[in-house]
Amino acid sequence: MTHAIELRDLHKHFGRNEVLRGIDMTVDPGQVVCVIGPSGSGKSTLLRCVNLLERPTRGKVFVEGVEVTDPDVDIDAVRRRIGMVFQQFNLFPHMTSLQNVMIAQQRVLKRGRREAEVIARENLDKVGVGSKCDVPPSQLSGGQQQRVAIARALAMSPDLMLFDEPTSALDPELVGDVLTVMRKLAEEGMTMLVVTHEMGFAREVADRVVFMDGGVIVEDGVPAQVIGDPQHERTRVFLHRVLHPEG
Amino acid sequence: MADQPKTAEPGRARLSPRKKQQVSRVIQYVVLAAALVALVLYADWGSLAQNFAKVDVARETLPDLFTVALRNTIIYAVGGFVFAFLLGLLLALMRLSQVGPYRWISLVYIEIFRGLPALLIFLMITFLPLALPGFAVPGGTYGQGILGLGLVGAAYQAEVFRAGLQAVPKGQTEAARSLGMSATRAQVTVVIPQAIRMVIPPTTNQFVSLLKDSSLVLFLGVSGEYVELAKFGNDLASQYANATPIMVAGVTYLIVTIPLGYLASRLEGRKGRTR
Repeated sequence: MTHAIELRDLHKHFGRNEVLRGIDMTVDPGQVVCVIGPSGSGKSTLLRCVNLLERPTRGKVFVEGVEVTDPDVDIDAVRRRIGMVFQQFNLFPHMTSLQNVMIAQQRVLKRGRREAEVIARENLDKVGVGSKCDVPPSQLSGGQQQRVAIARALAMSPDLMLFDEPTSALDPELVGDVLTVMRKLAEEGMTMLVVTHEMGFAREVADRVVFMDGGVIVEDGVPAQVIGDPQHERTRVFLHRVLHPEG
Repeated sequence: MADQPKTAEPGRARLSPRKKQQVSRVIQYVVLAAALVALVLYADWGSLAQNFAKVDVARETLPDLFTVALRNTIIYAVGGFVFAFLLGLLLALMRLSQVGPYRWISLVYIEIFRGLPALLIFLMITFLPLALPGFAVPGGTYGQGILGLGLVGAAYQAEVFRAGLQAVPKGQTEAARSLGMSATRAQVTVVIPQAIRMVIPPTTNQFVSLLKDSSLVLFLGVSGEYVELAKFGNDLASQYANATPIMVAGVTYLIVTIPLGYLASRLEGRKGRTR
């Protein structure tokens, strides 16, 4: 079976700063993998290397068996199959919610207007913002914006989804709505790689949890092990800080 | 000031801040009143009115003031603006290009055309037929005026666009690319429309400045049906040996430029609220 995502000896430097120092990992089709770790550990960079928003300094990235780090590969075609959700939502502010979800369908997948609109409305309904179709993002709450962003990615019928701290920019009371949508996606069998600080979500939804620190993977296993019974001191210290912020 | 050590003249009360402010204000009004009195006493109002605001001369400017002069000013300004807008956008995209030579060409163009007086560009345009025998700027006199205004305006508009393009957050491009859009598609669909919205207020100011610069068409040696406001005012002023037509032309400029200036600042304010 080909892996949905495979990273081989992935390195990324920003100037002198070594952010990723040799990452090997895989995500299988239908799996939900959560990446956790302190800020600056390289987890967002790892995620962004999968669809080449960051180009790795060294190492290889395979998506569904295709080496995307090969300079001859059509990266736009690969990205069409990978949905991405950003911490800051990055909705297009000059368009309504509906247009946000339609535009790439029309321009990239060359779907007709009608078809694109039907698919857009389906996906907006699915994430619970179907009533906000004609509203620009600036008039939505953070939670609503993030759900529109998820709908925008889903409308492209991706094979896998990347989530880059999708709830970190949200007010606490809005986090639940977004996590509920993500949980639903996971239950439908979507392949998901999620960088997150939501330990509850990771524990309950993830098939595997990866703990990163200092640009390397420290622990990789089922949630009950990595979160419930961490083997490494660094993992224990991190989890203690996250779960008991005041010591 | 308040806690300055009280050494000299302990007996004399220093002025309180409020008192100081009153004194200062009185002085300002006195100066203003003196200037006004001097103006009224010494200016020769009769002669001024005779030379700058003579009603029958003003009447002579009609209807050509609007049907020819203002119309042509608007043709030169709008034509030059469209030219400057398109070339400016191209230059800005080149300025931000990954390809080095495009960046350099754009930079050199912008530096030259912003650094030279617009008048000089117009003078050069009049010499184009000498330099390139058999070449004529398409559109004749209109074409020449629009070319001159467009070449200069593009350099300024390019910098306006560059600022706008750079102000679009990087996440916008990333979101577009992650949806599978090519770099060009992302620019056209996502970045440029947002940049254009952001630069509407400074672009309105650019248009006002271009409209005023259209007076330089005077130096292309235009005549007859091609004259714009400045040339029109100047010609009639010579004809009547009276400055009134120039005043009339000036007022006509203001009728257009002042509302546009207000429009620009209102658009600026609206942008401030939504962002």
